[in-house]
Amino acid sequence: MTAFIEIRALHKRYGAFTALKGIDLVVARGEVVCIIGPSGSGKSTLIRCINLLEDFEPGSQITVDGTIVGRGPGLAKVRAEVGMVFQSFNLFPHLSVAENVMLAPRRVRGKSRDAARRQALELLERVGIADQADKHPSRLSGGQQQRVAIARALAMEPQVMLFDEPTSALDPEMVGEVLDVMRGLAGSGVTMVVVTHEMGFARQVADRVIFMDEGEIVEAGTPETLFDRPTEPRTQNFLRSVLNH
Amino acid sequence: MDIFDTFFNAGVMAQAWPMLLRGLWITLQLGVVSILLGLVLGLILALLRLYAPVWIAWPVRVYIDIFRSIPLLVLLIVIYYALPFVGLRLSAFASATAALSMVSGAYSAEIFRAGIQAIPRGQFEASAALGLGPVQTMRDVILPQAVRIVIPPLTNNSINVVKDTALASVVAMPDLLKQATQAQALAANPTPLIGAAIIYVAFLWPLVALVNRMESRLGDGQGR
Repeated sequence: MTAFIEIRALHKRYGAFTALKGIDLVVARGEVVCIIGPSGSGKSTLIRCINLLEDFEPGSQITVDGTIVGRGPGLAKVRAEVGMVFQSFNLFPHLSVAENVMLAPRRVRGKSRDAARRQALELLERVGIADQADKHPSRLSGGQQQRVAIARALAMEPQVMLFDEPTSALDPEMVGEVLDVMRGLAGSGVTMVVVTHEMGFARQVADRVIFMDEGEIVEAGTPETLFDRPTEPRTQNFLRSVLNH
Repeated sequence: MDIFDTFFNAGVMAQAWPMLLRGLWITLQLGVVSILLGLVLGLILALLRLYAPVWIAWPVRVYIDIFRSIPLLVLLIVIYYALPFVGLRLSAFASATAALSMVSGAYSAEIFRAGIQAIPRGQFEASAALGLGPVQTMRDVILPQAVRIVIPPLTNNSINVVKDTALASVVAMPDLLKQATQAQALAANPTPLIGAAIIYVAFLWPLVALVNRMESRLGDGQGR
């Protein structure tokens, strides 16, 4: 397995508050990494640094497929290779579902309208909502909107997909349909970094689970090791609090 | 002489009517050109104020604040009567258009800025994450949403511009108000002024009603 994302000594401060205290993490091509941890542990900040939605401190370094992530002409290229799905979907409300998926391939990849539309319909089929293609996002349920967001990110044919708590804003009955789509992606060999509170999903799908707390990686390992035989007291406490109810 | 002979005199009105129509034509030209220039200027200023480096954004901000506080009449007089002393002589039409669009641009800039800032951060982040550049993000994602928000206040601003064209009579523009006052002087009767007022209202009332409708529609939620 070759390193695809390399994060070295990643520090991030908000004024006096240090959100990330030196993160080192390597994600291999095809690997599915789930990041768990309490709120405010820095897990969302971490994945938002990978495509530079958050700036980070000098001395930190992130490379994606060998390209250094930083402000400059290379940034758009990195972002085009890194798909992202947000907690709050962030679909474009003025565009139809299909147009949401078509926009970036047309503008960034220079695809023709017809080719982009064909691709959008295929992707919408894949996430199970091809019949909604010409509606506006506001007509869709939360689960459907998040699946559109996944299709929109996939349309750029990214090398890696980042998921920032993709099911946290959903009604409970819609969590399953989104996790099913993500499970399908993981099974098809897409590299994924997933920040999640869904422990069942992490255990089942992840190649590696990372537990973060207070801006640090406390413990990392296979789902079996981390969930069944955690060695760090902080990990044990966290798992006890989320699994015992 | 009763009130009808004085203010609603049909004979005087009939005589003044051609003058009023000539004035209306000038007023509409002034209004339309100034509104369009003001919109273009306003959008440019808003984008510069929001996204340009501070050494550009700061002077832009000063411009916007000054031109929102300066009385239009003063600006008009400066442009038409003072600039010739430094060698810049503009026609009456150009002076009036310049003054109107410089002020309208400052107001429009603040309206555009508010509209752009009303778009949730997530829209910018989703665009960036997809690899869209800043120009594409503005053109394809942010402005189409912002425009829906800013159309009612921009229309209000346009109504004000049309009303402010009346100040152009100061620099000898034969606009609607100027023609009305001249007709009033010729006939020694204020009926033409009432005629001008009716024309202003006839043109602007539909716009006012349109703003009301758009605002109540946007207030309903999505507005689509």
